[in-house]
Amino acid sequence: MSGLSDRLRGLVVVAVPYLWLLMLFLVPFGIVLKISLSDIALAIPPYTPTLDLSQGWQGLKDFFADLDFENFVWLTQDDLYWKAYLSSLKIAVISTFLTLLVGYPIAYGMANAPDEWRPTLMMLVILPFWTSFLIRVYSWMGILSQEGFLNQFLLWTGVVSEPLTIMNTNTAVYIGIVYTYLPFMILPIYATLEKLDASLLEAASDLGCTRAQAFWLVTAPLSKPGVIAGCFLVFIPAIGEFVIPSLLGGSRTLMIGKVLWEEFFSNRDWPVASAVAVILLMILVIPIILFQRNEQKQREAEQ
Amino acid sequence: MRRLTWFNATSLTLGFAFLYLPMLILVIFSFNASKLVTVWAGFSTQWYGELIRNEAFLDAAWVTLKVGLFSSTLATVLGTMAAYVMVRGGRFFGRTLFSGMIYAPLVMPEVITGLSLLLLFISIGLDRGVFTIVLAHTTFSMCYVSVVVSSRLVSFDRSVEEAALDLGCTPFDAFKSVTLPIIAPAVISGWLLAFTLSLDDLVIASFTAGPSATTLPIKIFSSVRLGVSPEINALSTIMIGIVAVGVVTASLVSKRMIMRQARDEQQAVHT
Repeated sequence: MSGLSDRLRGLVVVAVPYLWLLMLFLVPFGIVLKISLSDIALAIPPYTPTLDLSQGWQGLKDFFADLDFENFVWLTQDDLYWKAYLSSLKIAVISTFLTLLVGYPIAYGMANAPDEWRPTLMMLVILPFWTSFLIRVYSWMGILSQEGFLNQFLLWTGVVSEPLTIMNTNTAVYIGIVYTYLPFMILPIYATLEKLDASLLEAASDLGCTRAQAFWLVTAPLSKPGVIAGCFLVFIPAIGEFVIPSLLGGSRTLMIGKVLWEEFFSNRDWPVASAVAVILLMILVIPIILFQRNEQKQREAEQ
Repeated sequence: MRRLTWFNATSLTLGFAFLYLPMLILVIFSFNASKLVTVWAGFSTQWYGELIRNEAFLDAAWVTLKVGLFSSTLATVLGTMAAYVMVRGGRFFGRTLFSGMIYAPLVMPEVITGLSLLLLFISIGLDRGVFTIVLAHTTFSMCYVSVVVSSRLVSFDRSVEEAALDLGCTPFDAFKSVTLPIIAPAVISGWLLAFTLSLDDLVIASFTAGPSATTLPIKIFSSVRLGVSPEINALSTIMIGIVAVGVVTASLVSKRMIMRQARDEQQAVHT
């Protein structure tokens, strides 16, 4: 008896999360894909065709006959879209690089800090992650604006004679991305640097390396897996970012997440918004697979 | 090798200044008497007063809290089940698909998750509101929970579980009285993570909330779109304060627990 009820329990444990994800993750994607192939219509819901199962087999056939790739053709013709994709990629690449430049020295400093400091430093890096993302982006609005703190400070010190325009430009978006994603860069790099065998550096200096040479020949190559992981962790979410470009960026900051949002909420063009989403996903698949490979390689190296 | 050179000290100081100065400025200026957010006009708590009198914010805060509590609890149950299946489930039909569905939401852009869920809710005719936000938040945060819990499940010694089974426990009893207490810290941190993710989310909530439900991030976003506001500074200060107290307390408690455990183990060895 208990064998049967155990098997039943086992089945429930598998089935409940499985069905949940099927219904609320996979099926919605099917719907996005389907609507991306539909046409916009002045109706509720605002697209055609809608699946009408009461028509039986004929209805199903009509439904598939009405689907086409028109929206995808439209995306290639209107240069707003491919410009937005390219500009998202550009912004993501530049800000990933900047995050690496800012994050590496911090991770390096943490790994070389006295042992008793490190848990505290670690907590200080993670703490911003627990505070609201929205608030962290918002905090820069008061700093970067025309009469903001940065300009006040620069004018006061005499570095500039006129206030800089940073708010509502791509520069503000870079700053926002570097700031909010910095912990994702620091943590994987710190993890590799912390494991680094100090005797390797001693060996390098015994063999006549200067500290800088030892860094380039020993530390930098050994921390490469952490650097790669950190870059992907910043790059992948940065491409689809919406909050940062809409709060800090200007009307000329083109990012695909923002375009999708406006297509959906302002233009109410659901089919095009869905097509934008499908293409964005296809772009993301490549870095995600590369990231997975990197993780796999690291795991194998550790074993 | 572990010594603080001037280079390391500088990079740590500058780095942490960069991480914390913006939030510090926000906190300081929430006590500003002036409505002009960048000009200091003396200490005042008037913005906190206005915040408390603002019904719309209070309503939004209540909705956010409700959504957070429901979705994180549901996500913890589902995520723990999913983690158990992934680590201990062995082979079953569609395992690759299952693990794909666990990891994909972690890298999915929020705009896509939000859009796809909204289209689902509309096509099955579900009215949007608190309930749909809970469904949406549960779905993406259960994946985070399952990653946290499965890393704990992988690392602990399986032989204690096997011992319980050998002594006549059913698998369910063994899970309840052996596995669950061991993975409890991971389950708790998974819950906290899910709760924070839910409180924090703007994009998915904007898509899946109908006109009847407004969460705090949606409210904040619509009021800061046009510029900095002192009321939002006050609200941000309260939220930063709660998180800071929470995280510091949690880390002190876990530190004390680790120390106690180490002491107990030492005593056990000596006796």
